[in-house]
Amino acid sequence: MQVFKNALALYSDSLGIREQRSKLIAGNIANASTPEFKARDISFKDAIDRATEEQTPVLKTHNQHFDINDDYVEIGYRQPVQAAEDGNTVEMSVEQVQFSENVTRYQISLALLNKKISGLMTAIKGE
Amino acid sequence: MIDQIKNVFDIAARSLSAQQVRLNTIASNIANAHTKVGDPEKVYRPLRPIFEAVMNDKQGQDGIATVAVAEVIALNKAPTKIYEPANPAADKDGFVYESPVDQEEELVEMLDASRAYQNNLEVLSTMRSLMVRTIEIGK
Repeated sequence: MQVFKNALALYSDSLGIREQRSKLIAGNIANASTPEFKARDISFKDAIDRATEEQTPVLKTHNQHFDINDDYVEIGYRQPVQAAEDGNTVEMSVEQVQFSENVTRYQISLALLNKKISGLMTAIKGE
Repeated sequence: MIDQIKNVFDIAARSLSAQQVRLNTIASNIANAHTKVGDPEKVYRPLRPIFEAVMNDKQGQDGIATVAVAEVIALNKAPTKIYEPANPAADKDGFVYESPVDQEEELVEMLDASRAYQNNLEVLSTMRSLMVRTIEIGK
């Protein structure tokens, strides 16, 4: 099964990160008129690097030790072009562009994943 | 406290309902723009919802947030005093008090609320169509 995992991991990780990012941007859009709200976002590159790098399992020597989640991605704050007077840093134009870019790239990952799956299917069936 | 934010639909849906509350207060304010009473204490005061961000976790670690109406406040503006002795509601000196609704301000609020509503609706329908395409994976 490792062969399937290797073939599909990058795209599925990428879809997961895109989904997380769309949640963040949806949250920003939802809070467009909340005073003092600071818009947040993640760097896709950092997240995908973290998701794809080799993970060294941490030894647990006691059953009450916590699991160390190595997938943690730092969530930053968006630097506003011009902050609103009420302390809100959501700029609708920026958020709309980021959202549609994220959606498009999600669709690209989805299309690539589909191609990969149909490629594997062809290999399995040998037709 | 409100329960956890489940998914992106939850984020957008809660925002839609917050904007709906805002639109309702605006409608109420505009409807009462010319309400006159004889007692300055009883005059209609424009309502404003106060929005607050609702974080998924207490520390805001995962950054996921939606919005909720914390409270609806009545703006403390002075009513307009008008001399209208013919009005049956007038006080003993012939004055009535008109509600201090700034209609231009309300219209700007309305535009902002309706744009915010549309944006959230767009997020909702985009995410829905993405989800539909995702479940069709490998077909």
